[in-house]
Amino acid sequence: MSIQEPPAPVNLIGLTRNDYKGLPSTLCKGCGHDSISARIISVAYDLSIDPRQLIKMSGIGCSSKTPAYFLNQSHGFNSLHGRMPSATTGALLANHTLKAIGVSGDGDTTSIGLGQFIHLVRRNVPMVYIVENNGVYGLTKGQFSATADEGQRLKYAGLNELPPIDVCWEALIADCGFVARSFAGDPRQVETLLKAAFSHRGTAVLDIISPCVSFNDNPDSTKSYAWGKDHEEAITDLSWIPAREEITVDYAEGESVEVEMHDGSHIRLKKLDRDYDPRDRAQAMTLLDHARANQEFITGLIYIDEERPSLPELERLPETPLAHLPERQLRPSREALAKIMDSFK
Amino acid sequence: MSITDVQRGSKQPPRHGAQPSPQLTDITDSPAGVNNFCITVATINGSGSQTANNCLIRALFKMGIPVSGKNIFPSNIQGLPTWFQIRVSEDGFVGRRDTAEIVVAMNKNTLAEDTKRVAPGGVLITPTEFKVAEERADITYYNLPVQQMAKDSGANAELRPYVANMVYVGALIELLGIDAGEVEAALVSHFKGKAGPINMNFGVVKAAIEYTRANIVKRDTFRVQKSNKTTGKILIGGNEAGGLGGVFGGFTVAAWYPITPSTSLVDALGDYAKELRVDKASGQKYYAIVQAEDEIAALGIVTGAGWMGARAMTSTSGPGISLMTEYIGFAYFADIPVVVWDIQRMGPSTGLPTRTSQGDVLKVYYLGHGDQKHVILLPANMEECFEAGWHAFDLAERLQTPIFVLSDLDLGMNLWMSEPFAYPEQPMDRGKVLSAEELDQLGGFARYGDEDGTGVGPRTLPGTDSPLAAYFTRGSGHNARAQYTERPEDWLANMQRLARKHEYARTLVPRPVLDETPGAEIGIIAYGSTDAPMAEARAMLASRGVKTSYLRLRALPLNEDYARFAEKYPRVYVVENNFDGQMARILMAEEPKLAAKLIPIAHSDGLPLTGRWIAQAIVEQER
Repeated sequence: MSIQEPPAPVNLIGLTRNDYKGLPSTLCKGCGHDSISARIISVAYDLSIDPRQLIKMSGIGCSSKTPAYFLNQSHGFNSLHGRMPSATTGALLANHTLKAIGVSGDGDTTSIGLGQFIHLVRRNVPMVYIVENNGVYGLTKGQFSATADEGQRLKYAGLNELPPIDVCWEALIADCGFVARSFAGDPRQVETLLKAAFSHRGTAVLDIISPCVSFNDNPDSTKSYAWGKDHEEAITDLSWIPAREEITVDYAEGESVEVEMHDGSHIRLKKLDRDYDPRDRAQAMTLLDHARANQEFITGLIYIDEERPSLPELERLPETPLAHLPERQLRPSREALAKIMDSFK
Repeated sequence: MSITDVQRGSKQPPRHGAQPSPQLTDITDSPAGVNNFCITVATINGSGSQTANNCLIRALFKMGIPVSGKNIFPSNIQGLPTWFQIRVSEDGFVGRRDTAEIVVAMNKNTLAEDTKRVAPGGVLITPTEFKVAEERADITYYNLPVQQMAKDSGANAELRPYVANMVYVGALIELLGIDAGEVEAALVSHFKGKAGPINMNFGVVKAAIEYTRANIVKRDTFRVQKSNKTTGKILIGGNEAGGLGGVFGGFTVAAWYPITPSTSLVDALGDYAKELRVDKASGQKYYAIVQAEDEIAALGIVTGAGWMGARAMTSTSGPGISLMTEYIGFAYFADIPVVVWDIQRMGPSTGLPTRTSQGDVLKVYYLGHGDQKHVILLPANMEECFEAGWHAFDLAERLQTPIFVLSDLDLGMNLWMSEPFAYPEQPMDRGKVLSAEELDQLGGFARYGDEDGTGVGPRTLPGTDSPLAAYFTRGSGHNARAQYTERPEDWLANMQRLARKHEYARTLVPRPVLDETPGAEIGIIAYGSTDAPMAEARAMLASRGVKTSYLRLRALPLNEDYARFAEKYPRVYVVENNFDGQMARILMAEEPKLAAKLIPIAHSDGLPLTGRWIAQAIVEQER
């Protein structure tokens, strides 16, 4: 006699949570990155994203290994160190109908890949770009990355005397329309930001502090679990409302900000301790500057702009992806060639 | 050029006869005369002489006379000296000619060296304003009031240097018998029918014709006469031909970074795409061209697009190839189709961006870290540039690998005569791509498997609607099912598969062109732009009783035609425009048994090789 298991719950497109899983992780136990992978699986399931219509991209490093650990039914592209932006740009020009999620690290994005990162954002390539930021090189065993704090000490690397590069600030300067910071130890916020990011029109940058348990998890490090738990300060209370749901609650003027996303969903940002409008770029700059000067760990949606067109829009691409155009649309006619040849006679 | 360069690239002693001789007297250029001479125009860069020179070339071409033009220009926008060589050759030789029978010296700064440039019995034309002392007794001097005529044209001060060039156009028309009507037609075409500039320029041409007729007594023997050797032909540059080929090959994504001398290829790609691949009603573009932030990103974009299933390409030159090396290695090892044009220029390093060379052959063949060998097309003329433009995509998608097209500045940026291009007759080959239906039938697939022994596995495109479609692409270790692996046997198996793919490529790339002469004792091998002077070199050798057989390589890897050819001839010369004899080295490595037969004839000074130089170099060896 066999015991019938109840069928696993399915989402709107009939897939189970299991359909969104990846291979078992090979990262260190307790790594912040694994927690983010779990959030990606959860959000993709919740949003009923078709994994076959999504590509997962990465560069090189611990973070960049993670696309193997989620969404097994999605095509993955583990590119070169710091070169995920260019490959994704090309991939999405070839097929702009697919969703894209990219996972990078602080070394991959702010050192070797800073140029490509800035140009990806500048082109507004429509993708969710996650930086799993731990301030340290893991795979090569503990060198400082460019996001490490000035004055920080590490066991092997010694003292860091250089100022950190701020991912959010770089994104903002490059005219990014979706800039957010979060903490791997705050699953609820990461999930909400991911949902909002998937609804964004162009490049959505998520700088997620993701502690490295092997090389940079001392409680005095700003990239550690303990520091994050003690210091995280959300700038607003963020919620994401799917397109199909009616907005029911009204807040008093000044209490919250409502932004309609490109796909018809909404985000709502409720005021917490401070007056903050994430549509105000100057305010976002000031916030980041202040946080950096005072080593404040502010999290949440820092800046949002749904107006800027994405690269495929600017390129005026047809509905059919370029990669799927049939030969008759790719090769001009015999007559066209004859006419051109006559012009050279 | 010095003949002592002949053996520079080779560690072997000269095989035949004495040490290279410094004497250049043995082979001389063919006697100049009617429809056979070279005009060199010396000007200042940025003074607009290109219009004048192209109009002359087009007029000569329309008169049915075989003509070629070479722009020897500096890496500069304005101010440095520049030379343009126009060669007319009734025999149809379009390689560079060493001697200049007619020199138009419009640049006072280079007057002394330009005077030396004139071949004995030749002509020097200068502006009257230069007040040239007629020191050489063996040449004819003509002068023209260039500045005065430019002033008289009514052109404003800014335009005067440009219209000044029309003075020598008019003088050459009168002195050589060029059809003035054809020059006017070329101006109409150049200025797209705009009456203002056409009348101003042609007004100066007419005035110069009249001045020459009234004031200059012709004392030379050079002239042109109508012929029928260009009937049905076209006049085009290799970069334009390659760009056009890309459009007819169905490119959809191109990414690039500006670099001389490759930029005009992407320009042509964009111009023709705008004309032929935009939906006129909606304005939607059936292609995307991205000017990337650097060549690293350019090839990253192309690789991402190739992975996604688009026909993707880039165009660059040596320094750009260096930056692209990283993604080339990735695309090679992850089996991604990409097309890379390398319009070669002088290296090493920045080298001479505006001078030609075949200096990237060795590097590109083995480009990347770890073991890899690439597929390279070697177009030698305009038809082959066009053909490479579309054929490279078929090869890239069939072989799922980077395909290089090695052109160079000489082919790419100069004007060449050609037969009109043939329309691609075979349908596009999109390679092994599995659909969702096929996947469901098969029940899965081995991305890097090799069922048919070609070394090419089936791929799926992202977005394929099947739970079996996804796989993980990586530059790190992978097995046949695209899973990460560090097992030695998996690694070896993958390398062996890639080696089988290289063998398969041998059977797909264009075969060499053979021209064998009965009784020939020597074989000559060349490729790319060196083919143009080779025809003349072989004719010069034949006229001295030296019979030659010729094999022109059109691609790497080699196929059996090479060995068959090299086995047949006691001595095989490998002629190329680089310093180290790069192709000779590849041939030696590929067929070590034949290596001892090969004699590298390599030379590189920034200019295209001449037929005379090649013939002389071979004569030196044959003594």
